[in-house]
Amino acid sequence: MPASTDLLQGTLDLLILQTLALEPMHGWGVAQRIQQVSRDVLQVGQGSLYPALYRLEYKGWIKSEWGSSGNNRRAKFYRLTAPGRKQLENERESWDRLSAAVALVLGQSAEATS
Amino acid sequence: MIAELITRLRFLVARKKRNEVDEELAFHLEQAIAAKLAAGLPEPEARRQALIEFGGVERAREQCERQRPGWQMSAAAQDFRYEMRVLRKSPGFVAAAIFTLAMAIGANAVVLGVMNALILHPVNVPRAGNLYALDHQQGDGWESYPNYEDLRDRNRSFDGLAATALSQVALDTGKDPSRLWGFEVTENYFDTLGIQPYLGRLFHASDEHGFDSAPAIVLSYGYWHSHFHDDRNVVGRVVRVNSHPYTLLGVTPPGFRGTFVFFAPNFYVPMVDHNQISGDNRLNQRNVRMIIQVVGHLKPGVTKGQAVADLNGIGQVLAKSYPDVDAHESFTLVRPSMPQGLGRPMRAFVTALMVLASLILLAACANLGSLFAARAADRGREVALRLALGSSRRRILQQFFTEAVLISTAGGTVGLLASIGLLHQLDAWQPFSSVPIHIPAQPDANVYLAAFALAVVSALLFGIVPVRHVLRTNPYEVVKAGTGGRSGKRIAARDILVAVQIAICAVLVTSSMVAVRGLLRSLHSDLGVEPKNAMLVETNLNEAGYKPENILPMQRRMLDTLTAIPGVQHAGLVSFPPLGRGGSWRADVFRDGATDLREANVAANSYMYVISPDYLRAAGTTLLEGRMFDWRDGKDAPKVAIVNREFAAKVLGSTSNAIGRYFKTANGTREQVVGMVEDGRYLSLTEDKQPAMFFPLAQEDPLGEQWLIVRSARDPQPLSAEVKSRLRGLDAQLPLDIVMWPRELDFTFFPARMATLSLGVLGIMGAMLSITGIFGMAAYSVSRRMRELGIRIALGAPRREVLMAALGRACKLLFYGSGAGLLLGLLATRVLAFIVYQATPRDPLVLVGTVLAMLLVGMVAAWIPAQRALGADPLVLLREE
Repeated sequence: MPASTDLLQGTLDLLILQTLALEPMHGWGVAQRIQQVSRDVLQVGQGSLYPALYRLEYKGWIKSEWGSSGNNRRAKFYRLTAPGRKQLENERESWDRLSAAVALVLGQSAEATS
Repeated sequence: MIAELITRLRFLVARKKRNEVDEELAFHLEQAIAAKLAAGLPEPEARRQALIEFGGVERAREQCERQRPGWQMSAAAQDFRYEMRVLRKSPGFVAAAIFTLAMAIGANAVVLGVMNALILHPVNVPRAGNLYALDHQQGDGWESYPNYEDLRDRNRSFDGLAATALSQVALDTGKDPSRLWGFEVTENYFDTLGIQPYLGRLFHASDEHGFDSAPAIVLSYGYWHSHFHDDRNVVGRVVRVNSHPYTLLGVTPPGFRGTFVFFAPNFYVPMVDHNQISGDNRLNQRNVRMIIQVVGHLKPGVTKGQAVADLNGIGQVLAKSYPDVDAHESFTLVRPSMPQGLGRPMRAFVTALMVLASLILLAACANLGSLFAARAADRGREVALRLALGSSRRRILQQFFTEAVLISTAGGTVGLLASIGLLHQLDAWQPFSSVPIHIPAQPDANVYLAAFALAVVSALLFGIVPVRHVLRTNPYEVVKAGTGGRSGKRIAARDILVAVQIAICAVLVTSSMVAVRGLLRSLHSDLGVEPKNAMLVETNLNEAGYKPENILPMQRRMLDTLTAIPGVQHAGLVSFPPLGRGGSWRADVFRDGATDLREANVAANSYMYVISPDYLRAAGTTLLEGRMFDWRDGKDAPKVAIVNREFAAKVLGSTSNAIGRYFKTANGTREQVVGMVEDGRYLSLTEDKQPAMFFPLAQEDPLGEQWLIVRSARDPQPLSAEVKSRLRGLDAQLPLDIVMWPRELDFTFFPARMATLSLGVLGIMGAMLSITGIFGMAAYSVSRRMRELGIRIALGAPRREVLMAALGRACKLLFYGSGAGLLLGLLATRVLAFIVYQATPRDPLVLVGTVLAMLLVGMVAAWIPAQRALGADPLVLLREE
């Protein structure tokens, strides 16, 4: 198993939804995009990427269709659905709340130790 | 939300095609390789690195599959289909497993069915859940009629209290008078229980106007069906009950069999007529407990505790009013089930059976566990391969459990079907024509449910065995080493299972051996009579309406008539035959010197028989010393008696010069002993040596109830017809019950026979289980070591050594398992001794028998694997790999 796939499942879902919000993309594309945008910090292995894509699709948040990739190769493209967009907003909000809360806690403890 | 639901539903029906997933994953891989190439890596290296990064394709595929809603169901279906395919490939294993389980679950279902019917199930009446029988410490719940009346009239807790007494009468319906068992019931019996007539009408409390006021009889459906062939016109007819005219009122519904399980009455007569029917006056006597059961429904809102307090209050009042009668101050309420006194031994017996049946199930589980473990080991390579390809251990275990559940469901179904058939037969079975004993063993939902639960539990039990094996499989090791790689420890666990199973089976075999021996011994023990070639004729001159002074002449006429029948060697008459179902009379006797005939001076409480002169010859009782009676021992002659050896030793002080000595009966009469006979058994097979005495018929009060014994070597069928016609020639109204003596003794032997039969069957099952268990183990160990055996043979090893190598382990297990089982079994016989007559563990024959049986089992089981081991062809085997 490739390392650095230990993203929290919810976080991976959020990242995928966010990535697909820009444009429809195939699985490889999604992984590459996340890696690029995170400046190689977040590497998504196929072992968690595809199960996550399927999970999101079964939930109805994304939709898949076969299309043609750049080099004329058949590939499956995923795009965000309307419920998916809503879900993305919700998750973003809760992520923001969570990270703000975590930042607060870390900030406090940093003050306390200094 | 709705959209999500619809998508979910859509995917539930149309799942993603597998090749779509494959194609998508392949595309991902291609892109990864392309990216590596673009980064400047050479082709093979790019591919290698991409593949390593990618990880297990199968695992990813499985993970994707798992995201699907309801994937578990389809995975289960997949496992099911796969297992069906796998199982079809090993029919021997499947057959052995199903057979083993079917036997175990079938045995349990049968015992559960009987237990359900006899112990747990209420009697078949409306609102049975609220019906209680009165029980009290004194006298097993029996009650006198006056006491019953007080309880019925003074209690405020019951919606009526009804009472039952057992009764045997001569019923003459116009053809062939016969003696029948039935119930005397109070007039409110049917109304209290809520029973509606099937035909005609039943009694009501309003029919009763004092003693002997209601000459009416109600028949059970079963008796009406078999004796009147569903003739609806019999209602209203007058029949003779002990020669008194009674009106046939009606017929009870088919499902109603009285308020006892185990005993189904043929008829119901009003208890108020008891004195008329039986010719005694027990109804008036407060100290005669003739009522065997008092039942009633609790009033709404009344708790059991309140009812008991109410009854105890009445009991206290009664105890004050009638100080000479035993007190009834501690009532309890019980479910009406078996006649009191029968319940406890029956319950003990059924519980013991249940324990043995569970042992069978346990043994079967151990058996299957070892089979499954062997299988798991055989499939080690497959498991390792799947693990290496990225399948999860959970998924593999799930599949193994699917296999266990499949096998157990099939075995459970087969076993349950067989047990249902058996239970139905038990239900229809009537062991005695004269006594309506009936085992109500209709299987119901409880039994089905329990059997199903047992199947599932046993599947879990034996399915768990290979779990450890799967969890510890190291794919790399197995793939590297091939199937030959084995660790000693794993086999030890399986060996323990086999040994445990053999031990359990040896316990069963030992118990059944002890039981069978006990029965054989009690059947062949000296009964003091010779039932073979003797016929019993039960008749009752009171019932036939004879006056006391006419009884003796009639008895002599009957005896003369019987003796005159060609081929009859002897004909005798006795008050009650020994070991009969009518019980036996006992009386206190005193030594000749005793002047104060008080309780404290009693020399013995002896069985007492009134006999005709020829009785001893007819019954086959050996006279040891002195003389038999003859008709000159009459009213005016000196009082004489014949005693048995035990009596002589106990009362007369010695057996050597008993003849001519005297003893006293309770009323002070001196009796001179003129003969001494051998000891025998009088009430039950289990009793210790008991004193018995015999008095001449002509010197005692006239006997109404009596049994004639006819000894003849003739064919019973024509003889019994001739006996009947000759006796009817003397009196056409004479009630007669003719039965061969051994058949009558069936009743006495019934519990022992049933116990032995059930234990015997369980023992055979145990033996069969150990055969399959040992066979499985031996066959497996031979097949695993075929190659080694082949090499040994090729190198010229003698047959004995090959056999030792192949089956040494099986022999060892058999040895240790049997030893442990034998010890446990001998300990268990102490428990068995309560049920089975003459069951003693210290019986060399049982020990030898068990050892031989287990040896035989081992040999049978090891035969085929041994043949296979000896037939190992080194050339073929070596070529194989």
